[in-house]
Amino acid sequence: MTKSVFLGTLAASALVAGFASAGTLDDVKARGELICGSNTGLTGFGAPDANGEWQGFDVALCRAVAAAVLGDATKVKFVPTTGETRFTALASGEVDLLVRNSTWTFSRDNDLKLDFVAVNYYDGQGFMVKKDLGVTSAKELDGATVCIQTGTTTELNLADFFKFNNITYTPVTVADDAEAQRQYLAGACDAFTTDASGLAASRATMPDPANHIILPEIISKEPLGPVVRHGDNNWGDIVRWTYYALLIAEEKGITQANVDEIAASSTDPEVRRLLGVEGETGAMMGVDNAWAHNAIKAVGNYGEIFAANIGESTPIGLARGLNELWSKGGLQYAPPVR
Amino acid sequence: MANTEASFVRTEMVAPQEPPLSERGVVKWVRENLFSGPLNTILTVLALVSLFYLVKLSLPWWLHGVWKANSLGECRQIIADAYGPDATGACWAMIRERWHQFIFGFYPPEMYWRPILSFGLLFVALAPALFFGDRRNNLVILAGVALFLLLSLWALDNDLLHIALIMMMMAGFVALVLIAPRKLLWFTLIYPALAQFLLWGGSVWGPVLTMLGLAVLAVVYVVLQPRFGVVMASAMGFVAACVWWLALQSSVSTALYTLMPIGLEALDSDQFGGFLLAFVIGVSSISAALPIGILLALGRRSDMLLIKTLSVTIIEFVRGVPLITMLFTASLLLQYFLPPRTNFDLILRVVILVTVFSAAYIAEVIRGGLAALPRGQFEAADALGLDYWQAQRLITMPQALKISIPGIVTTFIGLFKDTTLVTFVGLAEPLRGITSIVRADIDWKGIYWEPYIFVGAIFFLCCFSISRYSMYLEHKLKTDHR
Repeated sequence: MTKSVFLGTLAASALVAGFASAGTLDDVKARGELICGSNTGLTGFGAPDANGEWQGFDVALCRAVAAAVLGDATKVKFVPTTGETRFTALASGEVDLLVRNSTWTFSRDNDLKLDFVAVNYYDGQGFMVKKDLGVTSAKELDGATVCIQTGTTTELNLADFFKFNNITYTPVTVADDAEAQRQYLAGACDAFTTDASGLAASRATMPDPANHIILPEIISKEPLGPVVRHGDNNWGDIVRWTYYALLIAEEKGITQANVDEIAASSTDPEVRRLLGVEGETGAMMGVDNAWAHNAIKAVGNYGEIFAANIGESTPIGLARGLNELWSKGGLQYAPPVR
Repeated sequence: MANTEASFVRTEMVAPQEPPLSERGVVKWVRENLFSGPLNTILTVLALVSLFYLVKLSLPWWLHGVWKANSLGECRQIIADAYGPDATGACWAMIRERWHQFIFGFYPPEMYWRPILSFGLLFVALAPALFFGDRRNNLVILAGVALFLLLSLWALDNDLLHIALIMMMMAGFVALVLIAPRKLLWFTLIYPALAQFLLWGGSVWGPVLTMLGLAVLAVVYVVLQPRFGVVMASAMGFVAACVWWLALQSSVSTALYTLMPIGLEALDSDQFGGFLLAFVIGVSSISAALPIGILLALGRRSDMLLIKTLSVTIIEFVRGVPLITMLFTASLLLQYFLPPRTNFDLILRVVILVTVFSAAYIAEVIRGGLAALPRGQFEAADALGLDYWQAQRLITMPQALKISIPGIVTTFIGLFKDTTLVTFVGLAEPLRGITSIVRADIDWKGIYWEPYIFVGAIFFLCCFSISRYSMYLEHKLKTDHR
């Protein structure tokens, strides 16, 4: 009896495995909930607030995808993943989607069999030094001690940069961001290096921000974006186009507040297609035609998300920079909805 | 007779003189303990100097602590205003604002009574096991629990009806202890299911029917034991219980729930965090690891080749693998072997692997206790005609466990502190998980010592209490003459 139950379970699971690999979209719909791999806590990008509500720039994208697929931005479960577990969690199916400040690199794309479907934040590695050090360029950091997190791409970038410029440094390795900031403030290192967005957030919370400067050199490209599993193109398209919808919304001036009104009154054919007033854009992806409408209604357009979580009006105070729309000199560019 | 009054011998004692100043009181103690020789003197001076600097450095920080502020920046401002621009100070306002996350994680605030009640009842369940029906100690524990529940539920604004009901239940326990202290052990038996129901909520029938599975085991055992012997009967009881749990339970539970929908609001495991998580993992692993460890230790000393080989393999394999590896296995690898869409709870996975891990260590500790017993004890048990389990229960284990107490408690304390390692699989344990979440808030980014001190203090309190209890137990069980 037990044996046959066991064999039956085995056979059933093999069968289910065969079906399940077919579509994350069906899984999400069947579950009625999107499982989104997120950070264990990164200022401005993703962390639960005092009430346990997840907030942040990356979190908003997860909510947008949930709104597009399920019509309800609250139907997301956030699974905190660490730097070590994030890609395995995605590959093993524990999460449907990973939006966790992950840098798009060649090996992650090819070797780990993941798909980076978009770049929602263009970051780069920078340096912060104390003003009285008298350094104005990273190339003057010869012989400096540098605080750096172990086991990250930043560590490798740092080694490359110093080797290429033929200067020396002494690394002071630390476990996490908080530790790095403390060591730097305590004077254990001359410079502190991490992604420029992280540096800005750290600087904003220091007791004396005016005494610290972020050097102009950005020594690496860190395109951060949402990740899905290889081979599930339909799901990848949904995530990608949800993101693009937010970009197009900013381009067209559609905001969280006026989206209903614009959907009712707009005569712009692209806007009408995007918001599902005309055409069958949703049906082509297997979601509701109001997918983009729901996503924008839930979280606002890209510019609004940026401004609310990490923009210049927040204490983190990041400028749009590379993340400005292409029409305003940035890199954020969405293909047309046609 | 006049000369009889002039005696040679003093009739009263000379009043004792005070010892010289250097041989009494504080001076003597200081001289003997701190300055007994050149080496001791140097060490004392060095220790005093470093203590002085430590206090000098940190005392202002402790004294300048701020309890009311909305962000780290505000804390700094308050300290700078009060003590000058260079003053440092602790920002306890963070604890004040986020303490609930350190304790309960993301548990919904209006349901805090559930973990609090299960925490209180944990001690009610532990009391008979810890104090063996000692009426006075049990009553002290019950009174403490009642007071704790009353104060914390009242502080969290629970309505009076709830509190009154809970207090009536506590009064019931007190009455039970007064009448028959050992009967409280039955509560200990049902506590795991009760705690699971309180913490996770859902239908009441799930835990009830799970406990019923144990009853199935017991009934099968009692019916079959006279005919098939202990081992066969317990094995068949176990199989019957498994059939009940795996095949029948869920449908019966669903049916009962449609008939009588009694239950609490169901909560997801991802809402657990902080010390609630540490206690769930710690307590369930500890209580499951001890019996499994005993069985493994006995298995390792068994004459039966298969059982012995299995036990040795499990123990050595598990002890050879770091806990972190086990945790990664729990969180990542297991998912590959399970059919997709199975939602095998992460906390449950972690609890199972942590249990296996500590069971292997406990097994070795207990084997040490068994090895310390003189051979005569085993032979005497045989000579009395006791069967294997009787001999273990009545003669071997009581002595072996007594010897192993320090080792077992060390393993438990280590296990409890190791629960912080679950941060690596993304669970919100208090030390790093919740701390990094709090630090991710722009208001508290840059805060460093305060969360560590807060969490460390609570861990210290727990571990120190466990260690004091183990000393009490050793003292109580000491039967030899020294």
